[in-house]
Amino acid sequence: MRHEFRVQVGPAAFRIGSDWRAPVDQMRALYAAYPKADYTDFTVRLEAASPLRRIIRPSVAIKGDYMLPDAAPLPLSQGLLAAEMGMNLQMALGWRRQLILHASAVERGGKALIMTGTSGSGKSTLSAMLGRTGWRFMGDEFALIDPVTGDAVPYPRLISLKNDAIAAMVHAAPDAIFGPLMRGTPKGDIRHMVPPPQAIADMDVRAKPALLLFPRYGYERAIREVGAGEVFMRLTQASTNYVALGEAGFAALTRFVRDVPARAIDYQSGEQARALVAQLWDELA
Amino acid sequence: MTGPDTKRYCAEDAGLLLIHPLDIMTLIYQRRSGMTHIVADPIPQILDAMGSETLSVAEIARRIIAAFDVDPGADIIALLSERLDELTALGLVEMSGAA
Repeated sequence: MRHEFRVQVGPAAFRIGSDWRAPVDQMRALYAAYPKADYTDFTVRLEAASPLRRIIRPSVAIKGDYMLPDAAPLPLSQGLLAAEMGMNLQMALGWRRQLILHASAVERGGKALIMTGTSGSGKSTLSAMLGRTGWRFMGDEFALIDPVTGDAVPYPRLISLKNDAIAAMVHAAPDAIFGPLMRGTPKGDIRHMVPPPQAIADMDVRAKPALLLFPRYGYERAIREVGAGEVFMRLTQASTNYVALGEAGFAALTRFVRDVPARAIDYQSGEQARALVAQLWDELA
Repeated sequence: MTGPDTKRYCAEDAGLLLIHPLDIMTLIYQRRSGMTHIVADPIPQILDAMGSETLSVAEIARRIIAAFDVDPGADIIALLSERLDELTALGLVEMSGAA
């Protein structure tokens, strides 16, 4: 590849290759505080969708060790998004060292709060907000659960803000470093935010999962208990590698469900969500 | 001759299963297939009653009746046959004796 960038995010080492300079320069700027990986777990390649598409209406195809055959190319202006999507894809399909939960995570006092939910639940924004108000941000996309110890392993990639969350975080964190605003992506407007410095400095510091929340944004304030069976089923759906890990995945997930109290919360504002988190953390964690 | 009378069933070796009860269901991880089965009562009780022996439906029914309160009006042979066929389809029970 013409341009290359290496980075370590939590336990995973990435090599990004690109036909164009711009996405790699953007990654270098946003990942400036991260360690440079001296080995490679996964390679992501941003390639021209066809030879001419390197120059004329440049179009980025996401390639790598693990690929989705029908992934549509993105315009070069969304090259950073393509790289991030490629990195997520490698983790989701290829990572085997820990159980992956599609969840955000923050830490306080050595204990981790894990938040999982579908896109739009607010788990990513909530983790970014909490990461600026006394919690250590551990990750907004993947919570990694060690199958041997049960620990949550940080994966503090760039925070992916979508749509309304972009303005909210720019307002809440004016001193943070943000990437370019990418409008009209397949997921709406997207802007990346660099996690707080402590989150990057401590990205090898693990935490014991102590509370699991299923947040849901846009509904009247509510707290609901969630039975162990439902928690197990929802987490198998939220895991990208549960089946691939076999017996180790079963052991990790059953231990998690047994040991970690769980609640579903509905909220209508960030302030309300933070109050709910504080209340449940005091009661249960 | 085929039918319930000739069928005999043997549960998967208990050493090849990880059984984990949750609140209203039980997880069964099958080492041979790598599959996780989520089952409700009375499936764990049926597997437990079968032990490691090869048994007819009537023999399994006698064990279930001896261990649990069973509705006297229930057709336990028919109910058990259905569950055992489902367990056979899942690979948690092996069936023999049918043509």
